Amino acid sequence: MEWSIFQQYGPMLLRGFQITVFCWLFGTIFGMILGLLIALAQRYGVKPVRWLLQAYIEIIRGTPFLVQLFVLYYGGPLIGLRLDALPAGLLGLTIYGSPYFAEIFRSAFRAVPHGQIEAARAIGMAEVSIIRRILLPLGLVSALPALVNFSIILTKETVILSIITVPELMYQVQRMSTETFRYLEANLVLALFFWALVELISRVGRRLEIRITKHLIERT
Amino acid sequence: MFSIETFFDSFGPLFWAARYTLLVSGLGIALGLVIGALICAAGLSRWTAAQRFAAIWVSFLRGVPLLVQLLLMYYLLPVIGINVPAIAAAVITVGICASAYISEIWRGAIGALPKGQSEAAIAIGMDPRNVWTRIILPQAVVLSLPALVNELILLVKASSLVSVVGILEVTRASQAHAATTFRPLEVYLAAACIYLLINLCLAGLGRYLEHRTAV
Repeated sequence: MEWSIFQQYGPMLLRGFQITVFCWLFGTIFGMILGLLIALAQRYGVKPVRWLLQAYIEIIRGTPFLVQLFVLYYGGPLIGLRLDALPAGLLGLTIYGSPYFAEIFRSAFRAVPHGQIEAARAIGMAEVSIIRRILLPLGLVSALPALVNFSIILTKETVILSIITVPELMYQVQRMSTETFRYLEANLVLALFFWALVELISRVGRRLEIRITKHLIERT
Repeated sequence: MFSIETFFDSFGPLFWAARYTLLVSGLGIALGLVIGALICAAGLSRWTAAQRFAAIWVSFLRGVPLLVQLLLMYYLLPVIGINVPAIAAAVITVGICASAYISEIWRGAIGALPKGQSEAAIAIGMDPRNVWTRIILPQAVVLSLPALVNELILLVKASSLVSVVGILEVTRASQAHAATTFRPLEVYLAAACIYLLINLCLAGLGRYLEHRTAV
């Protein structure tokens, strides 16, 4: 095994890692926002809107992320959507994550006790402030474990962006291994790196869960 | 403009390639069920070393992206002297990756059974082996069926990644077809439709099983 290549390619790999983290954060944040909007629209929207959103959810969840990226990146230009690899990847991640986040929010909203919402209506709270003061705070707390879990899944999906040539970590590692012929070492280190990353994120996530849900445990 | 003709013409070659999508995900889940059962048993055993091995197995396979696992396996096998066709390497990788998730599904299903049942069985004098084969396992397997179908849906989608190591399944075939027709939008949308079709059928099966097994 030849380890000096990691020294030589260090800066390139670091740049790739930065793009991986950026893609992950972008996809998680915007996927979550889009998912939240979808969940709210499904709760309050009229029937045709709800059907359309349900179809969107089924279609995105029923197709592989890689195929979605191909449609967006290679198919997009045919309908005038000309994107570079990175923006296409970011848009793809956001779209891919949104239905999963929407489903998480939907079931979290369902878990909010109905009596609380009825009580708020009874004392004359406006629907917007019910969402802001009751539905969102209670729903978000109970959604937290599932949100952390799915954002960890998204970390792993970012490597698929390398296939449409987004210069993230996986892409840089493949480039390094084709230039140096060190395929096995490069992929082994990448695997160990991702293992450590995912373990780290899930530990931080568990801490966060415990901190945010502490008031719930103390009360009961 | 969108050519509806190319869209429909793509279905022929893509359906033909769907054999490999089904083969990789089907054999993948079969292998995953076997290895997953072993890992689950190791995790539940009293032997600490086995428990630790199962924990590392699950944590590693769930922490590393499948694409990385695929390439790792693809380059690792020849180095350790195992020369198998790419398709076998793909099936093995998908199966090993699935085993981590399946062992967790089974652990969850076994944990979900009321403890009183096995206690009652032991109290009336059943020996522990019979408690496992007659009380715990039959119920746990039935209970886990919807989750296993869900896992199969994930595998059908994940099988698109084996296109990277050159297996001519739906995704790879659509890449080739898009390159010859110069109509990537229509071809990839057709590929998406095929995946959607397979997964909607599986989701229907999952809902049926969930309905049937709900007590």
